[in-house]
Amino acid sequence: MAEFLSLKDAVARNLFDGDTVAFEGFTHLIPHAAAHEAIRQGIKDLTLVRMTPDIIYDQMIGMGMARKVVFSYAGNPGVGLLRRMRDAIENQFPRAIETVEHSHSAMAQAYEAGAAGLPLAVFRGYKGADLPKVNPDIKSVTCPFTGEQLAAIPSHRPDVTFIHAQKASAKGDVLIEGIIGVQKEAALAAKRVVVTVEEVVPDFKGLHPNLCILPHWTIDAVAVVKGGAHPSYTHGYYARDNKTYLEWDKISSDRELFAAWMKQNVLDVGPDVFAGRVEGL
Amino acid sequence: MADFTPTEMMTITAARALTSDDVCFVGIGAPSAACNVARLTHAPDITLIYESGTIGTAPEVLPLSIGDGELCETALCTVAVPEMFRYWLQGGRISIGFLGAAQLDKFGNINTTVIGDYHHPKVRLPGGGGAPEIATSCGEIYITLKQATRSMVEKIDFYTSFGHGDGGDHRQRLGITTKGPTLLITDLAIWKPDPVTKEFTVVSLHPGVTREMVQETCGWTVKYADNLEETPAPTALELSTLRDLHARTAAAHAGSK
Repeated sequence: MAEFLSLKDAVARNLFDGDTVAFEGFTHLIPHAAAHEAIRQGIKDLTLVRMTPDIIYDQMIGMGMARKVVFSYAGNPGVGLLRRMRDAIENQFPRAIETVEHSHSAMAQAYEAGAAGLPLAVFRGYKGADLPKVNPDIKSVTCPFTGEQLAAIPSHRPDVTFIHAQKASAKGDVLIEGIIGVQKEAALAAKRVVVTVEEVVPDFKGLHPNLCILPHWTIDAVAVVKGGAHPSYTHGYYARDNKTYLEWDKISSDRELFAAWMKQNVLDVGPDVFAGRVEGL
Repeated sequence: MADFTPTEMMTITAARALTSDDVCFVGIGAPSAACNVARLTHAPDITLIYESGTIGTAPEVLPLSIGDGELCETALCTVAVPEMFRYWLQGGRISIGFLGAAQLDKFGNINTTVIGDYHHPKVRLPGGGGAPEIATSCGEIYITLKQATRSMVEKIDFYTSFGHGDGGDHRQRLGITTKGPTLLITDLAIWKPDPVTKEFTVVSLHPGVTREMVQETCGWTVKYADNLEETPAPTALELSTLRDLHARTAAAHAGSK
């Protein structure tokens, strides 16, 4: 049952050392503020699950919080590579990380299978590709009806999923619109769900009946963080701050520059700075 | 005739390969520019799909990522990502997948995962994203990249997405029923697979390009079609459409705070 909490309490009560956690958002609605709160709380030994790890996992990996990353595209979309994640993979800095690599199709379907309560996802995938040779989680099954060989991977069942959304109702129901990505699946696949929202409204009366809504009884905690997706965006509220994504390439390329940036922009501030970051976007 | 750069020639040539009847799964970067030039010139009814779930999108500026808000705002509809991969891609609804590549071999196999050994990479690249299944589920695959000996190689370090494998009927032997790579457009030439061996063969040189220039920037021994053609130079309309698109895009991205 959704409880309205400060972001600090929402993270402290739901994310623990050693957890498997998904911070999801497909370019849109990426829960940056929640990730920054996890960084401030210094949570360790996480297994980070995400289709496109991008900046927030680059930051968490660079801060040494991850022991394992499950992913399908480790890039800064449209910009280039994830330099902190590369440093961890190539040079074990600041620590070695284990990687479990999939395709987008596999990751999306693993969340869907998790939400559906299934132990595995079955799909037509990875044909001729090398990933099955380096990821022992990719296996195959034979269709009992046609004999077709299909790819099979374990479903995702995160201990906790964090997402950002447009609005919550007073009861804690959550509304997501625009590019909805895998948020619904990632939330329903998880044991615990924490949602940051732009605002709280009394109710969702008069809105389109087919909007993506997570009922309050599927959610553990809701925290209001205006601008909480920045530099990602919130459809209907503010645009993607592409310039910040471009700048991240430089900040993340240097260990000391990264550490200084994290201190100034994450460790020494709180969730309230996000509202100012989206002004004018 | 207006002056143009090799990259402009590449993008415009790639755009010409697309038609209003196509349903195209668009990769970010050069494919995205080409697909939108096609839409803004000769193929206004082309359906562009980005893996973020946006179907039938018509962006005013090129997105920086596959999920920019512009794509959703201008789309016919936007679906969840699992639906995109299951119903639309795996379901066989997409006629053309348009991909870029970090490393490419002569059979159209693509590596965007690692340079060097997977477990101890020299360079860790972003990885496949949607490409492994795009390469096998779309009706056919178009590839576009700038020629360089480090990207067009005899042997790729990792099969991120499967083209024609070792050539010939390798796709069929793996049970893949789609055509795979049928077109490669570089900054210097148009390449098509040999009907039997499936090795990419140069069928057209862009204006001013020599066979030596193509070979110098390619890591395998280049083969040419018997009736080698010259690619028509970009028209004024094609060039102005592409340049306006890039100018709008640069202004929009710099304008973000």
